[in-house]
Amino acid sequence: MSSSTGPPALKLRPLSYWPFVLPALVVVLAVIVFPWVFTIWMSLQEWKVGSPTTFVGLANYVRMPNDPRFVEAVWHTLLYTALSVILPLIFGTFAAVVFHQKFPLRGFLRGVFIMPMMATPVAIALVWTMMFHPQLGVLNYLLSLVGLPAQLWVFDPGTVIPSLVLVETWQWTPLVMLIVLGGLAALPTEPYEAALIDGASFWQMFRYITLPLITPFLFIAAMIRLIDALKSFDIIFAITQGGPGSASETINLYLYSVAFVYYDVGYGSAIALVFFVLIVMLAAVMLYFRQRFHWNEAGGGA
Amino acid sequence: MSVRKILNKIALAICVFLIVSPAIFFFLWMLSLSVKYEIDNASYPPVFIPDRFAWQNYIDVLASNRFTTYFFNTLIVTGTATLAALLVGVPAGYGIARMQAHRSAVVILIARITPGLSYLIPLFLLFQWLGLLGTLVPQIIIHLVVTVPIVIWIMMGYFETTPLELEEAAGIDGATRWQVFRHVALPIAKPGIAVAFILAVIFSWNNFVFGIVLAGRETRTLPVAVYNMISFDQLSWGPLAAAALIVTLPVLLLTVFAQRQIVAGLTAGAVKGGVVLLSWHPGRA
Repeated sequence: MSSSTGPPALKLRPLSYWPFVLPALVVVLAVIVFPWVFTIWMSLQEWKVGSPTTFVGLANYVRMPNDPRFVEAVWHTLLYTALSVILPLIFGTFAAVVFHQKFPLRGFLRGVFIMPMMATPVAIALVWTMMFHPQLGVLNYLLSLVGLPAQLWVFDPGTVIPSLVLVETWQWTPLVMLIVLGGLAALPTEPYEAALIDGASFWQMFRYITLPLITPFLFIAAMIRLIDALKSFDIIFAITQGGPGSASETINLYLYSVAFVYYDVGYGSAIALVFFVLIVMLAAVMLYFRQRFHWNEAGGGA
Repeated sequence: MSVRKILNKIALAICVFLIVSPAIFFFLWMLSLSVKYEIDNASYPPVFIPDRFAWQNYIDVLASNRFTTYFFNTLIVTGTATLAALLVGVPAGYGIARMQAHRSAVVILIARITPGLSYLIPLFLLFQWLGLLGTLVPQIIIHLVVTVPIVIWIMMGYFETTPLELEEAAGIDGATRWQVFRHVALPIAKPGIAVAFILAVIFSWNNFVFGIVLAGRETRTLPVAVYNMISFDQLSWGPLAAAALIVTLPVLLLTVFAQRQIVAGLTAGAVKGGVVLLSWHPGRA
């Protein structure tokens, strides 16, 4: 960051750095920009794989609000996302405060703690599926140990989304923890010393000093979680494929079915675009609220 | 005071246990499932440590010739996509950092926000049209969607922190831009390249969504192969868990041994991404 005001000598010929960027630019154009342009064009066509294409204008877009399965998928996505932002944020902040303390084996335990988010999602989804098994699964056994009734988990339409959120929370709490931990490491020590002298409790210090100071980091974590939870695919697909019925079918899973099961690529492209716009819009809403309520004020530098 | 200190220590120990136990329990249970015979996996209440270990589960997975094929498929796809990403992404990160073209970071952010499936529809049609389906080429190309943005992002941030003085000195001595990059900037950037390499490998290795669409019977990568095992052998948990553990073991080992790089890369990437996002809103622009 300190180099952002470079010396004038190097600024004179900025174009001479273009050869460094050019190969990457070609790749980005080919695998990121081209698919986007092509998707926009396809979304205006009636296009099923194997049959001729016809230009239909915005018909694919008009179809969406009248498609009950799509509308239902939007609600599933919003519920799944709301829970998958809030829960990791709470647990991740708690975990960050704990990992900010000094204790033996801290480095090793932090490594273990971040393993869920680095592990191959399909592999962990497979084991979660076994743990969710109503008769033989270990989760119902653990519930029985504390006297709770057995659940159907992902096999019941009423509990499938919370169960999947449990996996998502288990998997992504570590990322929130790492971001907040980065924020905690940058905190000044003076306010805490003053608060200790004034006899403040641990909770008071957290509530009135730590929390306001780490708000910018919490906001960044919430933003990343929002984007990732909306896009979540691997875990849901591998555990339920959107089922039972379509009880856990999110936009991303419906998009998969439309494009690669029904091969309706025109409609699929339209859904992909609307999905992207939805993600950007929700992110923009969060940015708006941040500005509106000055969540960033305490952060200063960030 | 000392009583209070002891109580604080106990409270901290309980908190540490609470937050780490879900991960520890999960991976131990995964290990337990993978070394048990069917009779132990199907018993209730569950058996945590069996009397007899079913090492056969691992031997079965490793010995099947399909596994070797899928392993090398993953190695080729991840290896090629990562090396290609380093080849184009490291110079690009350097160029963007030196040109101070911070706005170009927005393209990387859009790539990060876009759902993977959105790339798949057009590229699937393109690969079909080119007749490439059935080879590993489509998967290698589409994995660039994952690896190239990571590498550019990390290197861009890294080159912004490396000192300019050495590069300027080399320039005054008559070195060309390429020589400055090759002999001055690149050697200093090795730790950054290591971070970019590790993260690109992990995210490419773990990728599943591209494979389920683009992979045929012979071109599956390990995550796709494991997923297909679920649908075919629903009932034998031991070999399934063993396969799952084998697939994710390289990543878990990397996580433990390269924890410092991973944490540095992820937090720097996340916070930097957040800063770009936050400096983006209409109020300030």
